[in-house]
Amino acid sequence: MSEQSDRSPHPIPLPQAGEGEAVSPAGDALKKIRIATCSLAGCFGCHMSFLDIDERLFGLIELVEFDRSPLTDIKRCGPCDVGIVEGGVCNAENVHVLKEFRKNCKVLVAIGACAINGGVPAMRNNIDLWDCFQEVYCYEGGLECGQIPNDPELPLPFDKVHPISEVVKVDYFLPGCPPSGDAIWKFLTDLLNGREPKLDYEQLHFD
Amino acid sequence: MKQFEFPEISRILTPILARHGGDASRLLQVLLEVQDVCHFIPSEAIDLIAAHFGVPRVNVEGVVGFYSFLSTRPVGEYRLLFSGNITDQMLGKDELMQYLCNKLWVEPGKVSEDGLVSIGSTSCTGMCDQGPAALINGWPLTKLDHNRLDLIAELIRSRKPVADWPAMLFEVVDNIHRGDVLLGQPFEPGAAIRATLARGAKETLVEVDKSNLRGRGGAGFKTASKWSLCHAAIAEEDGGVICDVGGHPERFIVCNADEGEPGTFKDRVLLNSYADLVFEGMTVGARVVGASKGFLYLRGEYRYLLQQLEAVLKRRREAGLLGETILGQADFSFDIEIHLGAGAYICGEESALIESLEGKRGRPRNRPPFPVTSGYKGRPTVVDNVETFACAAKIAEKGAAWFAAIGTAQSTGTKLISVSGDVARPGIYEYPFGVTVSQILDDCGAEGRPYAVQVSGPSGTTISWKEFDRKIAFEDLPTAGALMVFRRKRDLFQVAQNFADFFAHESCGFCTPCRVGTELQKKIMSKIASGYGTASDLEELKRLGHILKTMSHCGLGSSAANPVLDILEKFPDMVESKLKAFAFKPAFDLDGALATARTITGRDDDWAHL
Ligand SMILES: Cc1cc2nc3c(=O)[nH]c(=O)nc-3n(C[C@H](O)[C@H](O)[C@H](O)COP(=O)(O)O)c2cc1C
Ligand code: SF4
Ligand code: SF4
Ligand code: FES
Repeated sequence: MSEQSDRSPHPIPLPQAGEGEAVSPAGDALKKIRIATCSLAGCFGCHMSFLDIDERLFGLIELVEFDRSPLTDIKRCGPCDVGIVEGGVCNAENVHVLKEFRKNCKVLVAIGACAINGGVPAMRNNIDLWDCFQEVYCYEGGLECGQIPNDPELPLPFDKVHPISEVVKVDYFLPGCPPSGDAIWKFLTDLLNGREPKLDYEQLHFD
Repeated sequence: MKQFEFPEISRILTPILARHGGDASRLLQVLLEVQDVCHFIPSEAIDLIAAHFGVPRVNVEGVVGFYSFLSTRPVGEYRLLFSGNITDQMLGKDELMQYLCNKLWVEPGKVSEDGLVSIGSTSCTGMCDQGPAALINGWPLTKLDHNRLDLIAELIRSRKPVADWPAMLFEVVDNIHRGDVLLGQPFEPGAAIRATLARGAKETLVEVDKSNLRGRGGAGFKTASKWSLCHAAIAEEDGGVICDVGGHPERFIVCNADEGEPGTFKDRVLLNSYADLVFEGMTVGARVVGASKGFLYLRGEYRYLLQQLEAVLKRRREAGLLGETILGQADFSFDIEIHLGAGAYICGEESALIESLEGKRGRPRNRPPFPVTSGYKGRPTVVDNVETFACAAKIAEKGAAWFAAIGTAQSTGTKLISVSGDVARPGIYEYPFGVTVSQILDDCGAEGRPYAVQVSGPSGTTISWKEFDRKIAFEDLPTAGALMVFRRKRDLFQVAQNFADFFAHESCGFCTPCRVGTELQKKIMSKIASGYGTASDLEELKRLGHILKTMSHCGLGSSAANPVLDILEKFPDMVESKLKAFAFKPAFDLDGALATARTITGRDDDWAHL
């Protein structure tokens, strides 16, 4: 995200007030900001870190509602304000999910080292795909009694794991493995308030 | 490939280690010899060398890993490295390399199965005026073409030792097309030292100061200021002054002959044919700053000059121009030792060069302190370019007024320009400072209508045909000496991409903005080149360029974006014509990247395609 900081901000157009919707403390009815999240080739660590914003979740839930996300179990992403993607792109299904997010979300955020660079899963990039398959399925102790599975339901892996920015345009990058709950909170509150998200040094360094 | 057993490796190492002694600054020199004999640095050798110098094993491994001419895995008995500069590329390097690979049944970057040969690329070898060039086991091959490669393939297959290959393959010529005060006038060895001794050291410093000589290595720092800072500096340890064998405060003179900037080859010519002038300049510098020891840091690519340079040093010692009591002067001893580099551009940066001289990885130091106060082994050290020393010798001999009358106000004297690219007469041209680019282009027979010129190599400036009346001078276009010419119809994007690859390869990896930034820059350039570029990539390149310029630890990183930013600014249509779409496009062929998995699983269903 830091490298994006000289970009013009993406204020989220404030939704129109409507019946039966959340009411802000000032009493105006506001449409909630709709957020979708997903994990592609990631470990769900970034999602876990999201939960680390702890009791602030209650405040957040006043302002936002969740579309597709592990929190809701909605399977397909609909029109949203913000999409948050954890994990890189390692297979064909990841591309379908990612493109659906990009199509539906006004602002797309790459969260965590895996989404930004490929991260831990990209460590397989130095290994030939044939060797990967053989190691996993064919050698002794392998998973599938010497057979390589070919069911169309299984996502087909790419030669290499890619950062999501190589597949769709990404608006913001939130670094960390995972980013701390505080960093996520700061990022979201900036975004929700129409400010250019900006993390302090303390929230960005990890030593 | 022969595997070395412990007894054998120690038999190989013992004489090498004995010859170099126990000072850890010899580490790199030892490793170069081991690489030569074994074609790699065996693990057992690392243990023995570490024990010999009393340093941890990781230090030795770190050095081996740093320099591209050293390797921990066997390279071919015949290791052929093609020079990868853009000028070599324009002369057909890629096709020639593939041709030889096919002939010898080896993949680029790999070792043949019998261990006989490996073929790869290396950064510019400084033969741009007689390319395409390559190195075979460290020896330069020039003017490569299919006939020569046929012959080379034959020589390799018949396992003829490189020492017995026909001399014409290794012919390196000076190609001096215009000489002036350095290259065009005779020089009597000893003349500058005699003049210095007659005038006195202090007075000679005043002369160098009045001549307004500025460093020829690129940055253009005033030489006399550097020398006088060094002269004034003293290294202390435990409260006492660190002295040399003669009891004087220890200081060093270092000649920077790393000449790694692609397109630059004038130091090679100076060392080949004017070595006396260069060594004499170092000796004058030693007298002025009070140094008793000097180093010539010779880039590994110029190793073929080592023997003849040692011979010049020997001759100078015999003539009383080097060694104890120079020209009978009781209080004047100075000698020069030659250190070899091992294929790392960063070692041209003066503080990295000093690290390398000390036998370590070439990692730029934090500055200050600058080398003039704390350089080699913490002693005050002057690091100057080869050409700077040659000028200093001339000034000592002929005086400041004579020198300052040449050139312009801020840039006195002459400049050696290494011209290559699309010209009829590539080679060395010496001009008084202030010469225009168009004058040089006329003199060297620039072909057709020259379109762009790269001044001072990848880290310098790209200028377009609209700027050809600009002047070579510190006031306008400063240069370390390279001038690469590109005619109309040349793909300037490919030029910038070649330079981006160069910086990514040569980044020393110490600081993140450069290590990561140069790699990202390379990736985006390659993305655009392969037709996946979009308008947002251009913005990303500019943003990256800003980070590289402002956040890097040393000059390599801060100039690594120059060629890319220059082409974006001056030749935007050269870049935009490569963009397939202005909206976002994925950086790679999504469906193509699934092909391997389709083959492995035998699938061809809808979900197996994108
Ligand atoms: C990445 C990098 C590479 C350099 N390479 C060389 C080189 O090959 N030769 C050289 O003389 N100076 C080189 N320099 C400049 C040296 O750091 C130093 O300024 C120079 O040797 C000083 O000599 P001068 O005052 O005679 O110019 C390089 C600098 C950088 C940052
Ligand atoms: S960035 Fe780290 S925490 Fe997040 S998905 Fe990747 S590995 Fe897990
Ligand atoms: S800028 Fe590049 S070359 Fe210089 S110290 Fe940093 S990583 Fe090394
Ligand atoms: S420790 Fe890896 S980049 Fe700093």
